[in-house]
Parts: sequence; structure tokens; C-alpha cells
Amino acid sequence: MDDALVRAGRALRLAVLIALALLFLIPFYLLLRNGLSSEREITSPEWTFFPHELRWDNVHELFADTSVPFARSLLNSALIAVATTLGTLLLASLAGYGLARIPYRYADKVFYGILGTLLIPAAVTFVPSFVLVSSLGWISTLRGLIVPTLFSAFACFVFRQYFLGFPKELEDAAQVDGLGYWRTYWLIVVPNARPVFAAVGTIVFLGAWNSFLWPLVIGQDQSAWTVQVALSSFTTAQVIRLHELFVAAAVSILPLLVVFLVFQRWIVTGVERSGID
Amino acid sequence: MKHRSALWFWVFVGPFAAGLALFTYVPLLWSVGLSFFDAQNTVTPTHFVGLDNYTAMLRDDAFRDSLKTFLVFTAFIVPTTYVVSLTLALMVNRVRWARAFFRSVFFLPAACSYVVAALVWKMSIFSGVRFGLANTVLGWFGTDSVAWLATPDPPWYWLVLITVRLWLQAGFYMILFLAGLQRIDPALYEAAAVDGARPGWTVLRHITLPQLRATSVAVVLLLVVNAFQAFDEFYNLLSDARGYPPYARPPLVYLYYTALGQGQNLGLGSAGAVILALVIAVVTVAQARWLKLGRTDADG
Repeated sequence: MDDALVRAGRALRLAVLIALALLFLIPFYLLLRNGLSSEREITSPEWTFFPHELRWDNVHELFADTSVPFARSLLNSALIAVATTLGTLLLASLAGYGLARIPYRYADKVFYGILGTLLIPAAVTFVPSFVLVSSLGWISTLRGLIVPTLFSAFACFVFRQYFLGFPKELEDAAQVDGLGYWRTYWLIVVPNARPVFAAVGTIVFLGAWNSFLWPLVIGQDQSAWTVQVALSSFTTAQVIRLHELFVAAAVSILPLLVVFLVFQRWIVTGVERSGID
Repeated sequence: MKHRSALWFWVFVGPFAAGLALFTYVPLLWSVGLSFFDAQNTVTPTHFVGLDNYTAMLRDDAFRDSLKTFLVFTAFIVPTTYVVSLTLALMVNRVRWARAFFRSVFFLPAACSYVVAALVWKMSIFSGVRFGLANTVLGWFGTDSVAWLATPDPPWYWLVLITVRLWLQAGFYMILFLAGLQRIDPALYEAAAVDGARPGWTVLRHITLPQLRATSVAVVLLLVVNAFQAFDEFYNLLSDARGYPPYARPPLVYLYYTALGQGQNLGLGSAGAVILALVIAVVTVAQARWLKLGRTDADG
């Protein structure tokens, strides 16, 4: 009797989970379905699960449409996401290592100064940051889109926590061998810290690819649009070409889904190690 | 030797610290400065106006409405996401079959941008016309179509705003809860079973939830901080070529239009940002107090 109850409970839970999973997948399915449908099919009141014909031509039309520089915006996003990821990893890991391992009288004070910026909501600094970037003459430049985002206190914090727990014996051996801080870092520490680089890198990459407010504010010329800004311009335009819009959105999440599925494990470990609890 | 390690410290930390100072502290001070000047269409103002920008902002009904929007939005989204992500974590944690699959499916939306999600919500699920998924489903039950985003009374647009954020972020917080659940000592559950506690609500209330307290505090803090930053989905769901409807404009959207829109009033925008910062500080401190109080109550 009890056994049957337990089994029934288990089956019920599984059924609910499957239903929820389908619900969570619906938006992805709609993206794909509409992206491969004709405009008439998308807006047809006779709604079908599969479109009558898969319209791969949408992809050609999207890239041939000169009113929205979609190819350019994809390239911009790729450049920005890669540069931001590499730059953040370099700067934040060096800082995190210095804070964790190089003895210095004011190290704690510097660390609190860095940590303090996490308490300042980005919402509050976006107006003044715009002012700063515009006075540097960096509006509508890739520099303006990349450089201000390179200094992530969150990434620095994760690296510091990770290096604090790093086995000291490895570095001691290196010091005995006469390596200074610089070479110890590059030859011993970095190769042994690949998991945390992968975790932070993935999170930074996703954030850079998906970020919207900053690129919207800084990328005023079409030549500096990112994918998100281009997509947004589609949805707020006078005339909306729905099939192009959906195929553009589907194309825009493809690289992310690949990165995400490959590195998902690292994000999970990164989240667990970020010390937020 | 001491001297040399100080030098190396700055070699490692210096570039990062300098950049952070330049792109966070400098703009912050600049903004506070600008907020005391009349700075329309310029970043080097000369006309000092004292607190005028602040009083103008506080008297502005639209700005006050935007603060109200944000408070109501936070009051909705924080508990909803908390319950949904905790429920998902509890279910995924206990399921034996295809656990990794379920975890991935619920986490997958975290890879999606607000822009893309808003697009699917606005143009496909909650589209006001016949071909929207929500209205198609309503049609099966013989109910009339609803103009989801254009109906402020009853606030149907609210359902669209809440569900899009819920879909995007629930999986991420589920991961945090899953990590927390992994750390609970199984011996606690065994002891409870010996004491005759039936699995279910009692165990959840007396063991699981108290053990998850640290995670819960972090989750609630992150949820509130993220709700402050709400911009992407409001902007992409509600604005179109004709402009932006007056309802449902959170502070960030409002500041965007004030400081960088047609008026380019950077002084006023900066004053708004400073006010927003103060409101956020008050809410955060109040909430930290409240969460800490909860902890001593439970322990005592």
C-alpha cells in the first residue's frame, strides 16, 4: 500500500516535470518554427504545429536585407564578446591573483574598494558612464563598447576566492626554482586553474553577447550595432518583417546555445564556487 | 624584499584597479557633480542650479510613477521566482530518471537574451491578434482574444512582463538551490525519519528550508538587485515606432528617455540616478536587516 503510494507519487512528479519541461521549451520551438515559416504562415489564424513548408530562404533574405545591417551586427557582437571575455579573464585573473597571493600592506583596503563597486547598481552608473565615454569620443566605436566593460569586480572576486584555495605547495616549488611572481603565474598557476577560467569565461561571454542597454546607448550608428540592438530595431520598426525577425533571433542564439551546451558544466561549477552563499 | 612585493602587487592589480576606478568611481562622482548643474545637451555645464534638479525630479509624477512601477514589479517577481526556482530544484533533485536532462532544459533559457525572449513573447505568444499562441489557446475555450500588451486595466501587460522574466531567470536560481541542496547532510533526513517525521511538508519546513537559509538570502538579494536593473524587457515589449506607453515605465527606462532621449537632459538624469541609488540603498539595507532578523528568529 505504502509502496504503491510512493510509486504513484514518483510517477506524478515525473509527469509534472515533463509538462514543465515542455512548457520551458515552447519559446525555443516557436523561435525555430516561425524562423522557418513564411510571413503569411506566421500570421495565419489557422495555426499548425509544423509550418507547411520549411522556408530556409528566410536566412538568405535576412542577410540580403540592406535596411538592417544584420551581418555587420553579428560580427560586432562576436568581436565584442570575444574581446570582452579575453580581456576580462586577463585583467581579473591577474588582479585576483595579486590580491590573494602577493603580500602587500594595503591589499585588504584595495580589495574592499573593488568589492564595493558590486554594491553600486549598474543602473545608477549608466548615465555618468555614457557621459564619460562620450567625452572620450568613444560613442559608436568598438572601443566604447568593449573597454568600459572589461573591469568586472565579480570576475575579480571569483578569481581571488579561487586562488586563496589554490594549493600553495605548487607555487612554493616554483619559487624555490627561482621563478618570480610573473613566471610562477604564467607557467604554474594559469595551467592549473583552467576550470575557473572556463567558468568565468563562459559567464562573461554569455553576458557580453546578451547585453543590451550599454550597446543601445553607445552603439548609436548602425555600424556599431550589436545583434541585440539590431533585433530590437526590428521589433520597434514601423514595418515589421516577421519571418526575418524570427530567423534573425534564431541565428542570434545559435552561437550561444553551442557555447552554453558545451560549457554548461563549467557554469554550474562556477556558480557553486562563486561564493555567493 | 617588502618593497619588491608591493611593486609586484601593483603590476598584477594596478591595471584592473585603475580601469575600475576610471569606469566606475569617476562616472559616479561626475554624475553627482552634474546633478547640481543645468546640463542639457552638454557634459561640461557651467550653470549651477543647486538642488533644482532633485526637486524637479521628485515633483515629476512620471518619475514617481516609475519608482512605484519598480517597487510593484519587485514585489511580484521576487517571491514568484523564489517559489518557482525552489520548486524546480526540489523536484529535479528528487527525480531519478533523466535528472541532467531536466536540469539543462530549465537552465537553457539562461542562455537566451531578454531581447530575443521579449520578441517571442510580444510577437508570438502574447501577440494581441488572432495568431498569438495565448489567444489561440483562449479560442479553444471559446474566450475572446485579449490585447495583452495594450491592456493596462486589468493589467494584462503585467502577466507578459512577469512570465518573460520568470522563464529567463528561474533556471539560474534553480541551479543555486540545487547547489545548496547538495550540501545538506543526509544524516539530518535520516534522523528526522527516525523521529517519525513523514517526508513532505514537515521535513521541508523543519530541515530543508532552514538548511537552505544561506542560499535563500543570496537568491533574494540577487533577485532584488536584478529587478532594479529591469530595462531590457520593458523596453522591448512595450516600446514601438510610435513611442512608449505611459504605464509600466521602470526608473531605468525613464532615466534612459530623460538623459539620452530627445531632451538629453543629463543634469536631470543624473539627479534621478542619484535618487534611484538612494532608494536602492534604503531597500537593500532594510532587506538585509529583515533577512538577518529572520535568521535570529529561526535560530533562537
